[in-house]
Amino acid sequence: MEQTYWNGFAAGQWMDEINVRDFIQKNYVPYEGDGAFLASATPRTKALMKKLEALFALERQFDGVLDIDTATVCTVAGFAPGYLDKDKELIVGLQTNRPLKRGVNPFGGIRMVRQACEAYGYKLSNKVEEEFRFRTTHNEGVYRAYTAEMRAARKSHLITGLPDAYGRGRIIGDYRRVALYGVDRLIEEKQKDKRNLASGNLDTELIRRTEELFQQIAFLGFLKEMALSYGYDISQPARTAREAIQWTYFAYLAAIKEQNGAAMSLGRVSTFFDIYINRDMAQGILTEEEAQELVDDFVMKLRMARHLRTPEYNELFGGDPMWITEAVGGMGEDGRTLVTKSSFRILNTLYTLGPAPEPNLTVLWSTSLPESFKRFCTKVSCDTDSIQYENDDVMRPLYGDDYAIACCVSAMRVGKQMQFFGARCNLAKLLLLAINGGYDTTSGIHLGPQMSVMEGECLDFDTVMERFDTYNQWLSHLYVNTMNVIHYMHDKYAYEKIQMALHDTDVERFMAFGIAGLSVVADSLSALKHAKVYPIKDENGYIVDFRVEGNFPKYGNDDDRVDLIAKDLTKRVITELRKTPAYRGAIHTLSVLTITSNVAYGKHTGATPDGRKAGEPFAPGANPMHNREENGALASLNSVAKLDYHDCRDGISNTFSITPEALGKTEEARVSNLVSILDGYFGKMAHHINVNVLNRETLMKAYEDPEAYPNLTIRVSGYAVNFNKLSREQQREVISRTFHESV
Amino acid sequence: MIGFIHSFQSLGTIDGPGVRFVVFFQGCPLRCGCCHNPDTWEMQGGTAFTSEEVLEKVLRCRSYFGKEGGITLSGGEPLLQAAFAKELFTLCKEAGIHTCLDTSGCVWNEDVEALLEVTDLVLLDIKYTNEEDYRRYVGCSMEQPLRFLAELNKRHIPTTLRQVIIPPLNDGEDNILRLKQIALAHPCVNKIELLPFRKICESKYENMGIPFPFAKYDSPAKEKMSALQDLLDAE
Repeated sequence: MEQTYWNGFAAGQWMDEINVRDFIQKNYVPYEGDGAFLASATPRTKALMKKLEALFALERQFDGVLDIDTATVCTVAGFAPGYLDKDKELIVGLQTNRPLKRGVNPFGGIRMVRQACEAYGYKLSNKVEEEFRFRTTHNEGVYRAYTAEMRAARKSHLITGLPDAYGRGRIIGDYRRVALYGVDRLIEEKQKDKRNLASGNLDTELIRRTEELFQQIAFLGFLKEMALSYGYDISQPARTAREAIQWTYFAYLAAIKEQNGAAMSLGRVSTFFDIYINRDMAQGILTEEEAQELVDDFVMKLRMARHLRTPEYNELFGGDPMWITEAVGGMGEDGRTLVTKSSFRILNTLYTLGPAPEPNLTVLWSTSLPESFKRFCTKVSCDTDSIQYENDDVMRPLYGDDYAIACCVSAMRVGKQMQFFGARCNLAKLLLLAINGGYDTTSGIHLGPQMSVMEGECLDFDTVMERFDTYNQWLSHLYVNTMNVIHYMHDKYAYEKIQMALHDTDVERFMAFGIAGLSVVADSLSALKHAKVYPIKDENGYIVDFRVEGNFPKYGNDDDRVDLIAKDLTKRVITELRKTPAYRGAIHTLSVLTITSNVAYGKHTGATPDGRKAGEPFAPGANPMHNREENGALASLNSVAKLDYHDCRDGISNTFSITPEALGKTEEARVSNLVSILDGYFGKMAHHINVNVLNRETLMKAYEDPEAYPNLTIRVSGYAVNFNKLSREQQREVISRTFHESV
Repeated sequence: MIGFIHSFQSLGTIDGPGVRFVVFFQGCPLRCGCCHNPDTWEMQGGTAFTSEEVLEKVLRCRSYFGKEGGITLSGGEPLLQAAFAKELFTLCKEAGIHTCLDTSGCVWNEDVEALLEVTDLVLLDIKYTNEEDYRRYVGCSMEQPLRFLAELNKRHIPTTLRQVIIPPLNDGEDNILRLKQIALAHPCVNKIELLPFRKICESKYENMGIPFPFAKYDSPAKEKMSALQDLLDAE
């Protein structure tokens, strides 16, 4: 019976077990050519996109939120079907019953939903309030278990952006499974797993897993029901490319209907789709133009995904992002490239539909990628500023060749690994806390071990480092414990039922910690080591500022004297974190990534010994501080490349902005120079780079006249945003960043 | 040997093919009115580096060079420290790195001769095409760059001629045609680059407290540049 669905596919293990990777490996066709085969947008696509653009414009007019359904709780099958244009759409399905209308999702926390509604002039309906009156949300659970110290660390902004009031996200369901196997087969497999559990000794963990499997199976049922409401029976595998894309999209849609996680990433679907497209083309039932239409329609749907957020949330994660990250390209373990024609097709949507921040197109770069694909990618970068690059040669040995990226830089094997998202701690604030003996001068809160304020006319490097280690030890323990509370409660009250149904039952877990302010701390320690740093105290005897005498090496100039301090810092942090066991046996990982929170973090941090004034933004992610680079862009890239991915397994984000003139004299030169730069950077085993090829003047014009630049997309730390969706403060920070210019 | 260096640009894409590590030498004998690096003029100043130290920096960027890139010496005038430049280029050649010299060609001596032996490509500034302008706006005779070009030709060193177009001084067709004549007379020239005069260096002059001699001139219009380029390209 299944044979008809799988007709024309090469047989393999994938038929006997859930194994999408095996299916891909047995069936995909690598593509080494260029983009000349690509089709442009058809009149149908253009008309549909025009309609969507009009809705986006309307959404902007309404302060970024077009409409909220305050009376219907978001669930997989909670809304009647919705359409952008029922007659024209090839791929269907919306989160609510109307395009861009946002639903309310109180499972993570009802307070945040209430505030978000109010911020946009709505009121959460009594119906929903009533439904949740006797129901514990994730947020309530967390606060029942938070200790006083955890609250203080949070309140003082030492640890911020924690997913304790909304969905944690960063989990990627293997949405492809629905297309390849159909929902019924997936239910069958999960039922088998559940039966197998019953034979063991039912301890807390096994009972919990049994209940989770029950929920997964139930939600697979809801997924079928939702698809059926759109007129599609997805109990069986997809028979065509259109169905494969539709089935996969339904699975993803179910996830974003159920969960409002910060990052709801897509995975690695384009090469999977390519197999179906090839099969249809071989049968003569699909043309290139039609294939592009399917991909265009799918991407249009992704661009319509929305979650309801509060203004406070936007301050940390500006631009209303969903991080619908799609990993494109990369190499296979057998040495064949995983680039297919559909890798080109999905990047081509930046031309057929225009530049946009979503989906977060992430090219898995390997120096062995086909040259023509490399050139195509850098051309897209020069034209649209809409893609990011991550080092496949660094990740493949650790995650195999069927991993994807959650959020910005978090790698995981699709359907086999997941992570517990843990935002980040403020490393610069920790340094100041250590110097002031456990007093945070910006919030006025006493935190951590209480000691005397550091003494001496001039601060000594070794003594400060010793102090820093003590506080790092304290914070690491607190940070892991805080995360354990959050994720225990999330599993308990807001478990990701559909996404986990699309994982193996035995899943490997990461617990992803993060740091902000790495370059600030590295430069501060360098100042302490190589110059003289005189503390300036306030009337209460706390150190609130510093006077620096002499020069010191600064991170971003390829100078080992400071770059190795930065590298050593990440090692110190992850080493300490590992000492406290993580919930559910998770593996500790660390990211150097800030999203746009580098602005907020800086705002809540006093002056630092590197000369940064109180309240000034940090550099984003692992970037060197603005305007401290003296030897040009490559020296800066070299500094970042020295950070060790093995200490920062959750990713090292670097945002690189260069003017077109500085990248090369002609378009041809820019395309090939960018290939050289990426090959060089990743050849040094660096992890990630965001590339912007644009002028500061363009941003300034967009700042002054937003209406004239509705689609200006730029890459910030690990994702892309529509420049106009950033706050004024975030916009100013982006403008003030280092742009590599020609001399 | 020690050289005095003004600064490094690890990502150079303007001076020579591909991605280049550019070393700006300190010191220049000329005082061109259009100069965008007045901070490199003085012989005093700069930071002392050995050729090995500079090579080490270049090697750190080597993985970015791709098939075309390499090192470029600019300035200032690298020929004023030709012996040092020769030592540095020799080390680069040994390491298999493409060497490019960006110069005004206004110095000629034994050290310069030796330097050319390890130079793969020369970017030669022909600032004007007549003696009068050279004397007036550069401060040397045009004989000097022409002599240098003849030496390059003798050695078959691939050469790009460059000229900054500063209306109204040298944006006439006659000038472009003379430039073309010079190129045709020297088969080593395989390319002519016309660069638009720009004034982004004005703040440098301000910071140094000296007048920018060409502040009064405007940048050429894009159309002008492409018209002149067409003239060059015409058979």
